[in-house]
Parts: sequence; C-alpha cells; structure tokens
Amino acid sequence: MNTLVGNTKPNSILYLDGVSVSFDGFKALNSLSFVIEPGELRAIIGPNGAGKTTMMDIITGKTRPDSGEVFFKGTIDLTQKDEAEIAQLGIGRKFQKPTVFESHTVWDNLELALNRNRGVFSTLFYRLTAEDKARIEEILSTVRLANRKDDFAANLSHGQKQWLEIGMLLAQEPELLLVDEPVAGMTDAETAETAILLKEIAKTRSVVVVEHDMGFIRDLGVKVTCLAEGSVLAEGSIDFVSADQKVIENYLGR
Amino acid sequence: MITSFLAKALGRNIVITVAILLVLAALVPALNLLTAPDHPLHVPTYIVSLFGKYLTYALLALALDLVWGFCGILSLGHAAFFALGGYAMGMYLMRQIGARGSYGNPLLPDFMVFLNWKELPWFWYGFDMFWFAALMAIVVPGLLAFVFGWFAFRSRVNGVYLSIITQAMTFALLLAFFRNDMGFGGNNGLTDFKDILGFNIQANGTRSALFAASAVALALSLIITSGIVRSKYGKILVGVRDAESRTRFLGYRVEHMKLFAFVVSAMMAGVAGALYVPQVGIINPGEFDPANSIEVVIWTAVGGRGTLIGPIVGAILVNGGKSIFTAAFPEFWLFALGGLFVLVTLFLPRGIVGTARQFVERRKEYRKAREAEEARTFATAAEPQAAE
Repeated sequence: MNTLVGNTKPNSILYLDGVSVSFDGFKALNSLSFVIEPGELRAIIGPNGAGKTTMMDIITGKTRPDSGEVFFKGTIDLTQKDEAEIAQLGIGRKFQKPTVFESHTVWDNLELALNRNRGVFSTLFYRLTAEDKARIEEILSTVRLANRKDDFAANLSHGQKQWLEIGMLLAQEPELLLVDEPVAGMTDAETAETAILLKEIAKTRSVVVVEHDMGFIRDLGVKVTCLAEGSVLAEGSIDFVSADQKVIENYLGR
Repeated sequence: MITSFLAKALGRNIVITVAILLVLAALVPALNLLTAPDHPLHVPTYIVSLFGKYLTYALLALALDLVWGFCGILSLGHAAFFALGGYAMGMYLMRQIGARGSYGNPLLPDFMVFLNWKELPWFWYGFDMFWFAALMAIVVPGLLAFVFGWFAFRSRVNGVYLSIITQAMTFALLLAFFRNDMGFGGNNGLTDFKDILGFNIQANGTRSALFAASAVALALSLIITSGIVRSKYGKILVGVRDAESRTRFLGYRVEHMKLFAFVVSAMMAGVAGALYVPQVGIINPGEFDPANSIEVVIWTAVGGRGTLIGPIVGAILVNGGKSIFTAAFPEFWLFALGGLFVLVTLFLPRGIVGTARQFVERRKEYRKAREAEEARTFATAAEPQAAE
C-alpha cells in the first residue's frame, strides 16, 4: 500500500496506521492501515473474523489498540479517548444488530440522540425548543418514519429499526458515520432504499459501511476495502477488488 | 426551569397519589387525636405508628425503584442508606435524652458511660441540633453512595457483580456497627429515646406528627422522582437500562447518569430511615442486614418496578401482609415472602401496578382498533349510497 505518504494524514477524516490488537494471543488486527477522505463513502468487506467489528471498536474507543495510530481529522488522537468523548467529537456508530431504545417512542429516540448538551443537569431541565422540534421532524421524514413517530420503537419492523438507528446517528450530526451491516435481514426493497438513504447521507458527511451483501455494495458504487485476518487485502473499485486473486481465495471463493 | 420540571412531574396518577397522601397526612392524625377511643372512626395510636412505618418503607422502595426500575441498577444494599439515615436521627434522639439517662450523664449517652468513655467522640458533635442531624441523615448516605458509585460505575461494574458488591457494602457496615468501639452503641444500637424537638416521643400528638411527616416526605419524593424520570435525563436513564452501549455511543457519560440517580436514591433512603427510627424507637446494626435490602427488592417487584406508584403499593401491601402473617403463623413468614417473590417473578413480572397498567393500555388499544374497524364498515356501507 502506498497511499500513506505525504500529506494524507492532515487531509484525512480518518487515518489508521499500523493498528494491531490481540485478544488472548489471537491477532484480531494485524498492522491495519487505511485512510478515509472527508466526504467519502467507503465500503469495507471481508470474511467473518477479518477484524471489521474490532476496527470499529477501536475507532469508537471501545477497545484500545496494542500499537498503531488512529487519528480523526488528522490531529485528534482517538486512542486516548473514550466512547462518550469520541461520540461528542462527531463519530457516530451503527451496530450490527439494530440497537434502539425499545421502550421509548420513535420521537423520544431521536430527541435523545440530538446533538445537544449531554450533562446530567442540562438534560434534567431540558425543554424541547422549536428548533429541536423542526430538526426531529426533518430526520423523521429522511428516514421515512414520520407516521410512526408516537409508536414505541419495540413495535417497529426490523428494517424500520435499522432506519431509526440511522436517524439517531443523523440527529447526532456526526462528521464520520460508521455503519455495521445496515442491510442484514432486510428485504430487497428495503436494501435498495437503504442504499439510496446512505448515498444521500454521504453527501454531507463521511460514511464507512461494513457489509457482506455484494449486491448492496454494487448499488453503492464506491471504493471498497477488503480486509482479511486483520489487515487490508485489496482496495479499489468493486470490480477491481472482486477480480483480485487474493480476495477470491480469501473471501469470494469460499 | 423548575416550573417546567414540576409541570412534567405532575401527571394525573402522581397528582392523585400525592393528594391521597396529603389527605391521609391530615385525616389520620385528626381521627387519632380528635375522636374518643370508643368512636367508630377512631384510629388507635399503634395503627398510626404502624402505617407511619409502612410509609417510610414505601419511601425506601421508591428510592430503590429509581435506580433499579428506571436505570437497571439492582442495588442489594439500599437498607444501608436507610440505616445510616436512621443512625443520624438516632444520634440526635440520644443526645436529647441528656441527663435523664440511667447514668445521668448530661453529655454522654448511657452506652458510652458504660464503656467508660470520658469524652464525646468527635463524630457525635453537632447531633444535639436537629437541623444538623436532619442534614446528616441526607448527606451521609449521599456521600457513601457517591464514593461507592464513583468507583463502581467508572469501572463499569454491572449486573450481578454490582448487586454482589452492594451486598458486601451493607454487610461490611453491619459488622462495623456491631463493634462497640465504633461508637454507635454496638449490638444494642441506639434506643430509650425520650423526646424529639422537645415533644415526648411516645405522645399521641408526636406519633401523629411523625405519621404526617412521613406522608408528606413520601409525597414530595414522589414528585421529585416523577420529575426526574419524565425529564430527558429520565429517558436517558431508561436508555441506559435497555441499551447501555447505545447511550454511550450517543455521547452520554453513562457513569455520571448512574451516579446522579444512585446518589439521589440514597438520599431519599436516608430520609426514610430518619423518619423510621423515631416511630419504632430503636436503631441497631440489624438494619444493615443484607436480607433487609433484599426485602426492599421484593416489595418493589411485587408493586411493579419501573412504575412510580408500584413500589409504594408493594411496600404497604407486603408489610401489611407481614404484620398479619407474623401474628398468625410466625414461623412461616419467610417461606411466604420467598414464595411471593417466586410467584410474582413467574406470573406478574411487571408487578401489580405494571400489570394493571398493561391491562388498561390493552383495553384502550382494543377499543381504538374496534372504532377504526367500525368506521371502515360504516364507510363501505355508505359507499353504495354515494354511487346512487
């Protein structure tokens, strides 16, 4: 890989260089390096155990790397911060399994996600302003849930929960969005709509999507990074990556 | 700021419950003091004290519900905060005895004279003043909860492990308070109280006033708790309970959220303990017994955790049952209590109030669905007419 030269670091939104981490002797990430440009939509593929989720854990502060550099916007060292700080810096994360607040309404889910003061006392005395209300309504229509706003999140369908979670991430107003398998368990129609939604979102921010569904990745039509055994195997367009001999052996051929 | 907090706090059920509590606070003392003992509506003093005690238990259960029902922190050590509040009040009551004790020492409580102590220990200073004792009944449990919670939540101790260390905390306090040289009366605790704020603690009027104070304290705590759980902060607490990592990745400091609820809850438990002690006339290390904390969990579960009225109902029902049951079959109470917990967990996982609320909501949804259905049949029936 020769992308990590010159001034890539200061100009990047996310910069990983030589990141390694092992759990009980198992090397989950092995000198992983890649760079995301501001405004980029990037897809990450790889077989199970390639280290995709571990990579997200490291970027969001859930796991500390044993070695290597992780920088946000070129200057902010993410390895020194915890989840809440990283979220407040503007990195949002969507989990593999849709994780929303099931016993709250759709509206409340978005209200809690809004990028406002998150201290104990400011939330204790928080009042919904007209501005916040307008923002929530805007997100509701973006994620196509306006008619379900008073329903409990527990009563949404699987696909709707995925969209609600994406909506919550939008409410957080992140500059970088990490999305873990957004279309797992979705119908074909939902998958196609999700691709449109993600492309729309990527117009105003950087998005990293981890996904298994090759059709979905083709729909996105973006640069693809293929991981295997904790490091980058190939990087480029979907056609370039899927023609790569190593990728076929490791992933597609299986 | 405060007004919007209050406006959110006062839902219909809360207003009704607060009104009932305030009416009881006025009515029960009136029926006790103003009616003759043979009057049919007369409330005997022992009933006033008994229900005064239940109200303090209800406050303790409400405090537990704030952390367990709404934030998912199963504290098995809440009786410790209750007992600490009780000890603070007990120390004030001991100092009020003055020279009327068996040894007639104007400064030292009897047990200190008995142990041959010459001076009052430093931590007994100030407890001759009611306001100081009342403050300590809130501050000391709050401080313990703050220190304990700070370490536990920062290290992300969760679930069963947290419950176990809360048990260890109350057990450690139990052992410490048993020791004579701790300076809290050891095994016997603090008792033989004479008066409170200058009024005889045995007098009917004082007992009625303590009942009223307990009811008012419960009403105020209910309003505060309701305000907390209905605020955005309260929604975050529920978020922490249901999906802690989601809350964290939204940028909330989960440890701060938990810590605030835990401290407020401990303070409320301390108030409950301070109101309990003058009504039962004794506080001893037995109040720190781990089993006591578990009983509070049962009251809350029976009434309905995660509801505000549930723990109050649960505490009063279970303790009322206990009073009747222990009089009739004293040996079997613990079996009955254990059985009750198993039955509630299996068949009423939402507790009494939670199940009742679910029933009402289902009926409402059913009615709504039926109305929609009727509107549809009406519309189709009307169609042919429109076609004519």
